[in-house]
Amino acid sequence: MIYDVVILGGGPAGLAAAVEVKKEGAENVLILERDRELGGILNQCIHNGFGLHTFNEELTGPEYAERYVDQVTSLGIPCFLDTMILDMVDQGDLKAIHVINEKDGYRAIQTKTVILTMGCRERPSGAIGIPGYRPSGVFTAGTVQRFVNMEGYMPGKEVVILGSGDIGLIMARRMTLEGAHVKAVCELMPYSNGLVRNIVQCLDDYGIPLRLSHTITFIHGKDRLEGVTVARVDEHLKAIPGTEEFIPCDTLLLSVGLIPENEITRNAGIEMDPRTNGAVVGELRQTSMPGVFACGNVVHVHDLVDFVSEEAVLAGKGAAKYLTGALDTHVTFTPLNGDGISYVVPQRVCLKNAEDQVTFYMRVRQVFKNKVVNAYIGETLIASKKEKKLLPAEMVNFKIARDVLAQYPAGEIRFVIEEATN
Amino acid sequence: MKKDMTCIVCPIGCQMTIEEKEDSTYEVTGYTCKRGSKYAINEMTNPTRVIPTTVVIYNAMLPRLPVKTAEPIPKGQIFEAMAAINQVVVEAPIKTGDIVLKNLLGLGIDVVSTRTMNKC
Repeated sequence: MIYDVVILGGGPAGLAAAVEVKKEGAENVLILERDRELGGILNQCIHNGFGLHTFNEELTGPEYAERYVDQVTSLGIPCFLDTMILDMVDQGDLKAIHVINEKDGYRAIQTKTVILTMGCRERPSGAIGIPGYRPSGVFTAGTVQRFVNMEGYMPGKEVVILGSGDIGLIMARRMTLEGAHVKAVCELMPYSNGLVRNIVQCLDDYGIPLRLSHTITFIHGKDRLEGVTVARVDEHLKAIPGTEEFIPCDTLLLSVGLIPENEITRNAGIEMDPRTNGAVVGELRQTSMPGVFACGNVVHVHDLVDFVSEEAVLAGKGAAKYLTGALDTHVTFTPLNGDGISYVVPQRVCLKNAEDQVTFYMRVRQVFKNKVVNAYIGETLIASKKEKKLLPAEMVNFKIARDVLAQYPAGEIRFVIEEATN
Repeated sequence: MKKDMTCIVCPIGCQMTIEEKEDSTYEVTGYTCKRGSKYAINEMTNPTRVIPTTVVIYNAMLPRLPVKTAEPIPKGQIFEAMAAINQVVVEAPIKTGDIVLKNLLGLGIDVVSTRTMNKC
């Protein structure tokens, strides 16, 4: 059997892409998932705050996932669970997805299109190189989230958290609710990497101190973690001698960033963007390999699942267009990140494929107050968006109407942060 | 009295200022939707939070079932609520929205399941 669409991962991006591509007319759609159930990371994100954009109500992660799983089920989209994807091989018009699972062993699945929705994984302790010993009690925040919320294990009682990403903040509250004492959240940067609302409702509500410009300089303990040395850092992010402080603890959680999981993408030779660590994509999330699309955290790490779902709809539409031969491949515009902006997605725009507007997602390099995000083609200002506050942790969502873009010939669209003028 | 606060209703996190007037009414500025002004006034008079947590479940694929308070509960009673919810033990099958604890702490608010778990 040759599938129309195979979706690599049954998390929020994969589920929303499957629903969309099926609704757009694709017949044989298949979801591949390595876990024993669909839903991905949402299953362990039991906190509320999801779905305000998509469903206009506040849901928990499992509730948000279930809404999509129910749609996948009612549309009759099959999925292979407990199935590990080994490789994706380009065979021209078809792609072969090599998979393995306990029941069927090894097999290759042929498909006309592929949607990459593998998501991301946490940066581990080895990647940040903290000096000291390697006792038990050091975990990534997401691992502990799964232990506590799904498996029912509490990994410790006296907790320090390094990194103020959203998972770290959410876990500071979660561990506190379950009876642990969270002593501090240390953040290397002078600003938090999490959403402001999470600082308020996860740290401030429980009196947990957030120590900005602080890092851990030593891990103590031979068998079990006994404590960490915390020090203030200077503007070059180097520990300042004399500021060290020993904090006793039995558990250290790391919330130090997420990395898109792109081994399959790289092996297939798809063009990557070093700024996002994801594939270079177009307005309908088409990659450099015809018939292969990508969306969600595998393209760039999002802070809201609602925007993952929004992006997945684009990829679903793109795959459906490709199947009917209606996908245009002529690149009209190349968005670029200018001053103050670290990346822009999509990195290509084929205007013919765009609907009423094109949404550009971007992140700023540092904290800005009362600035404007301006979009230029050549020297012409084509769109701008005023922002009271811009944070690296909060993705900017910049929409430009198709009619506006259509006034310009092909070229670069440069996004920059500039002073607000009244 | 004037107070600055960050709205937590949605991830936009509006920076708001609330001021108590002499006639004990409040003036809120900086919000961008009406949920924001309501949150700000609640935060001054009776701050509340939804509590998402888990309860023990038997005969399911996993040993824990995610639950939440169906409505926000007073902030001051969060740990009391956790102690009550931690006594709950349920058995699969459970559907999303099923009540796992009625009338939490006599508040008239139920604790409900936030996912479906089949028997296995």
